[in-house]
Amino acid sequence: MVDPHLAHLSNQLMLGAVLLYVVAMVGYAADISFGRRRVAAVPEEAKVLVGAGGPEAVEDAQETETETEDEDERRRVDWGRFAILLNVLAWGVHGAEIVTRGMAADRVPWGNMYEFVSAITFAAVTVYLVMLWRYKTNWLGPFLMVAVVIALGIATIWLYDDPGPLRPALHSYWIAIHVTAAVTATGTFTVAGVSTILYLLRARRTAPKPGGLLERVPDAETLDRLAHRTMMFGFPIWTFAIIAGAIWADSAWGRYWGWDPKETWSFITWVVYAGYLHARATAGWRGRKAAIISLIAFACLLFNFFGINYLVSGMHSYA
Amino acid sequence: MSVDAPETQAAPQAPRERPAGIGLFGWLRWGWRQLTSMRTALVLLFLVALGTVPGSFLPQRGLAPEKVTAFFQQHKTLAPWLDRLSLFDVFAAPWFAAIYILLFVSLAGCVLPRAKHHFVQLRSRPPKAPRNLGRLPESASYETDAAPDEVLAEARAILKDRRFRVDAHDDAVAAEKGYLRETGNLVFHLALLVLLFAVGSGAAFGYKGNVLVTEGEGFSNTVASYDAFKGGRSFTASKLPPFTVWLDSFSASYLPSGPNRGQPTNFSAKVRYQNGLSSPVRSYDLKVNHPLNVDGARVYLLGHGYAPRFTVRDGKGQVAFQGAVPFLPTNEATYASEGVIKVPDAQPDQLGFIGLFWPTAVPNQQGKVVSAFPAAWNPQVALFAFKGDLGLSNGAPQSVYKLETGKLKPILMGNKVKPLAAGQTLQLPGGAGSVTFDGYRQYVTLQVNHDPGRVPALAAGIVAILGIVTSFLVRRRRVWVRAKAAEGGRTVVQVGGLTLGGATPDFEAIVERLKKAAPEQPRSTAPDESPNMDEE
Repeated sequence: MVDPHLAHLSNQLMLGAVLLYVVAMVGYAADISFGRRRVAAVPEEAKVLVGAGGPEAVEDAQETETETEDEDERRRVDWGRFAILLNVLAWGVHGAEIVTRGMAADRVPWGNMYEFVSAITFAAVTVYLVMLWRYKTNWLGPFLMVAVVIALGIATIWLYDDPGPLRPALHSYWIAIHVTAAVTATGTFTVAGVSTILYLLRARRTAPKPGGLLERVPDAETLDRLAHRTMMFGFPIWTFAIIAGAIWADSAWGRYWGWDPKETWSFITWVVYAGYLHARATAGWRGRKAAIISLIAFACLLFNFFGINYLVSGMHSYA
Repeated sequence: MSVDAPETQAAPQAPRERPAGIGLFGWLRWGWRQLTSMRTALVLLFLVALGTVPGSFLPQRGLAPEKVTAFFQQHKTLAPWLDRLSLFDVFAAPWFAAIYILLFVSLAGCVLPRAKHHFVQLRSRPPKAPRNLGRLPESASYETDAAPDEVLAEARAILKDRRFRVDAHDDAVAAEKGYLRETGNLVFHLALLVLLFAVGSGAAFGYKGNVLVTEGEGFSNTVASYDAFKGGRSFTASKLPPFTVWLDSFSASYLPSGPNRGQPTNFSAKVRYQNGLSSPVRSYDLKVNHPLNVDGARVYLLGHGYAPRFTVRDGKGQVAFQGAVPFLPTNEATYASEGVIKVPDAQPDQLGFIGLFWPTAVPNQQGKVVSAFPAAWNPQVALFAFKGDLGLSNGAPQSVYKLETGKLKPILMGNKVKPLAAGQTLQLPGGAGSVTFDGYRQYVTLQVNHDPGRVPALAAGIVAILGIVTSFLVRRRRVWVRAKAAEGGRTVVQVGGLTLGGATPDFEAIVERLKKAAPEQPRSTAPDESPNMDEE
């Protein structure tokens, strides 16, 4: 029933995808650190000018900086492009990993925790690549890569399970609908979560430290708007995932809603995300407070995924 | 409550100051405003989320009553206190109901007036152009040789073409579109109200019954034939449709090897059913994700197990019992099961047995018998016999899975209980009788339920999604075009745009089209954006 060659190939592809993600991450990091070198090229000048005193002097220093930027422009663009290229390549290999995994077990490739993490990170990277293409969000790349590499690392080291057939409760076409929606929403919320963390860091100061990690990150308002849009995309999908789950539960377990721990926490997650969307439109709650609410919602999402599967026994215990 | 409430924002902030000397009515109104404010709704929303948390960590009576009992035994002092707070019935707790009812009153109190307001808005004209279009978030201004009337006519045509609702006032054109945003938003929230109502009424009028059926047997849809039955508050037993279901055979398949050896891969129950006495008998292959629909009810395959068959002869050599006895699995992975046989008809003493069943019996390292696989590859039983009074005559209810050993004496059979294979007989010492293991049957546990709220709830859920997606995709925007005659036969054209919740992506496109229709000419005077300054 299980094709061992394809299963092996899938594992090799996973390894390849992780390595490529790491290289992409290094590429993004190099992109940032070349930026740092650019600033480092004018330190003496800047020191003197700052020493000479006054805000005007600092302005002068910045002007000098923009002049030298042109010289390094070519090299910087190359590193950025390299990172994106590797990122897309990693994404392709990751996709092939999922497809071969599904072919090896002859079923939808989301039936256990290892496969869920793989699918969720794939969804997150897909959302990022779409955003990169539409809104040029390459500044998000390094941070998302860190999250993806950590998640896939956890999946391969601790959550790995050989491909095999599904248990009878999962024998339904609803697995393709419900789990795909849940995975897509989770991937989307992951991207939103990374953006929100960046927003909170970025909102702390008016201008990022030159050469710092946040140098390329846009201003707080843009980040907030991007995170909001991303969550607006994810929220209806999450709602759909819950409803599709209810339809499936209705045919598998004899009721559409029974406050199973997984159901309870997906409801909590839904409510807190709804709270975020409302808070953002409420005076006195928008900005930092709303962002923290959305991070609480993301924490609920993660707890629902890991905590409920491992700590609490319920009908969703597929761990 | 709303996802994006640009216009009713003022309302939630207004009731902050307390009214002085306004009497009872004033206080009621103040309270109502507090309740329906967004801030209160947010707090209630988070309280609902918080309230469900204990329901996921503590055992719940509605889901696993046996775990609640176990919890009481483990935490003798804590459990009664938790119980007083309804923490074992969170989703039926008064405090939980209080939170969600307040939330939904708050929701209704906010959404219904907004729906009315929106209904009025839907039928009204776009608002008049502000005096100074240059101060709007998006604005453009240029001069043209076209006459003001021509420009305005063009503007009307362009905006109508872009599906704006257009209105002309003196020297300006006002246009608005994107009413669907608020419509979708309101539909989403109203659908949630309907969803809650559907869930509540479904629970009130529906019923749920659980029954165990052994191969070769059946059950009728009457309250008495269920092992457990729960009807909703408004349910009447006479409304149960008269159908009957028989179980012909059950089969389960498991992974025979590999790391997940023993994991089930398929369950299938061959059943026949009859919808009332006059209908024909039909067959159905009942599987986990394929419930049987019969007469408005749904029959689900929930679980399965083994029912070993026994023949018990008493001390007089007569057959006192013959049949299959359902054993409950004690290990889900190997289906090692446990059960009891009660033989009240045995003479001279009543007989009782506690039995262990192993579908695939193998000895382990210590020589003890264990089950190695959930399928019945080598079924064996071990029996512990008792004689005396089973305690069935005093009328007190007894579980069929538990032997009341108070008035029973164990029949000793040496230190080791020898497991029986199919066909083997155990002779009880002292002429008490014998018991033969005849083989086994399988049984299934079925759930039958009827929930009249499920289809309306689904419809409300789908409408809610459509509503919120519409609301998120559509932007509400207003555009004004003003054309005024200036010196030298020129016309000053001003365009202003306002998008509620972000920049209008098509504002530039509108201006471009307008400039094509009424071509831009170099300015005769210094560039100005406000009409007031034009006069200087």
